[in-house]
Amino acid sequence: MNPSTSAALHEQTIAQLSAGLAAGQFSSEELTCAFLQRIGRDNPQLNAFITVTAESALAQARAADERRRQGQAGLLTGIPIAYKDIFCTQGVRTSCGSRMLDRFIAPYNATVVERLNAAGAVMLGKTNMDEFAMGSSNETSFYGSVHNPWDLNAVPGGSSGGSAAAVAARLTPGATGTDTGGSIRQPAALCGITGIKPTYGRVSRWGMIAYASSLDQGGPMARTAEDCALLLAAMAGFDPRDSTCVDRPVPDYAAGLNQPLAGLKIGLPKEYFGEGLDSAVAAAVETAIAEYRKLGAETIEISLPNSQLAIPAYYVVAPAECSSNLARFDGVRYGHRCENPQNLLDLYIRSRAEGFGAEVQRRILVGTFALSAGYYDAYYLKAQQIRRLISDDFRRAFDQVDVIAGPTSPTVAFNLGEKVDDPITMYLSDIYTIAVNLAGLPGLSLPAGFVGQRPVGLQLIGNYFAEERLLNVAHRYQQVTDWHNRIPTAFA
Amino acid sequence: MSLGVVEVAKIAHLARLAIRAEDAPAYARNLSAILELVEQMNAVDTSGVAPMAHPLDMAQRLRPDEVAESNQRERFQAIAPRVEAGLYLVPKVIE
Repeated sequence: MNPSTSAALHEQTIAQLSAGLAAGQFSSEELTCAFLQRIGRDNPQLNAFITVTAESALAQARAADERRRQGQAGLLTGIPIAYKDIFCTQGVRTSCGSRMLDRFIAPYNATVVERLNAAGAVMLGKTNMDEFAMGSSNETSFYGSVHNPWDLNAVPGGSSGGSAAAVAARLTPGATGTDTGGSIRQPAALCGITGIKPTYGRVSRWGMIAYASSLDQGGPMARTAEDCALLLAAMAGFDPRDSTCVDRPVPDYAAGLNQPLAGLKIGLPKEYFGEGLDSAVAAAVETAIAEYRKLGAETIEISLPNSQLAIPAYYVVAPAECSSNLARFDGVRYGHRCENPQNLLDLYIRSRAEGFGAEVQRRILVGTFALSAGYYDAYYLKAQQIRRLISDDFRRAFDQVDVIAGPTSPTVAFNLGEKVDDPITMYLSDIYTIAVNLAGLPGLSLPAGFVGQRPVGLQLIGNYFAEERLLNVAHRYQQVTDWHNRIPTAFA
Repeated sequence: MSLGVVEVAKIAHLARLAIRAEDAPAYARNLSAILELVEQMNAVDTSGVAPMAHPLDMAQRLRPDEVAESNQRERFQAIAPRVEAGLYLVPKVIE
């Protein structure tokens, strides 16, 4: 049975919607209207969108329908998606979750937006996020917290919390996210969806507002690995405007999805199953791994001995880069400016203090300190050396195994307000994701069960440019499980 | 390393952030806790380890030194807080 003939539009995956559009079962305009209606009805309680672009969405949808009539449609033509509000969208507010950019209308499109536009995707709006992508709960947003669709008292994770919540609540079939220390994978896990952070350099960072430039990477978030494959194929690729973007062909990710897993070697890092991991999350992850053994994979215990150093090194490297990147917000050329500045220094310091929230200011201060005269060797240089050790751990592991598996996050979604006053506790929710960014590797999170009503994520880590393999390994699991099809009751 | 309010004020100045006096103790506390976390790095001897600045250890790609962008001053100044006659306005710098 083809589900697209019977299921409501919002229940379908991008792959199913794409088939339905191709078969003429519905138009992109109808599809876009259906999602805009759901956003209108459900966004007030979720706060997943900062901006909804209904009018331009309908115009894009009609253009996509016209393109289809002319026989020019691709797989994503007419598919509605949402963009994390960190991607510049020409003529549309791009706030980055900050008061600093509350009135910033981007004068150009990010490369990712250009590429998805070229594929014919329809933008529904811009999703909520932790301010400047700094946070793990979406509570640092100037626009308020996002609520987790599985439990409105829980956080959706962060920083791409709006994208994750919107996909989970079926307000959009897919969305973009960015991941500097876990910001795609952790919210994907906490909201029960699939998200992939590609290899550093796989997706252009041009027009993606910078947080920590040696770690930031954009990627797709959707219900299934198959949908992520379709989105990533459109997003990835060389861009001369990003000097760190890698010039390397983009594989047909969808074509490799069904490759059998017999003989696949999965490494289980003992450091990812120790102290700090919630026992119910551990049990769900073990069950998922047992499923992989049934699919023919072999599991091997491995060690990533420097894992415990990832968070300390990250909280030097990321703040250092952030203090440098966010120096551009000076109240002069764009962004928030204070009232009645007394002099130039007053203009800078008050515009920045008013424009940035507490967590952003903390990270700017930490980074400024770490880079200040006399402290560079002890902090920044040391962190870069640790980064090498962490990367070497992964290199050694990938001599032995094809992919690495473990929990995405040590707990399921926590309650709103639970960790907001304690930065250190908040930082620890990225304990299994951060090392992947430091090494520049691809990582994926997929739904692998529940603890009570709250979803558990399984993280898969691949070798450099092994996105195709990760998507394949995730897809095969989704062929034999149905966690990814579960819909939060309130949003069915 | 533990930071006090005096150090916080110094760092805030370097970062061009106006921190209110009543918020300084909280920043000092938080920053000290973050530095304590970060200093767990010191448990490992890294002498002789080459620092890793780029995840793929790639050299920065260079492009020809040619003009690639057209002038879009009006468009970019449309989002500036204050402009006049094509100039960005700031408080008087030279008396």
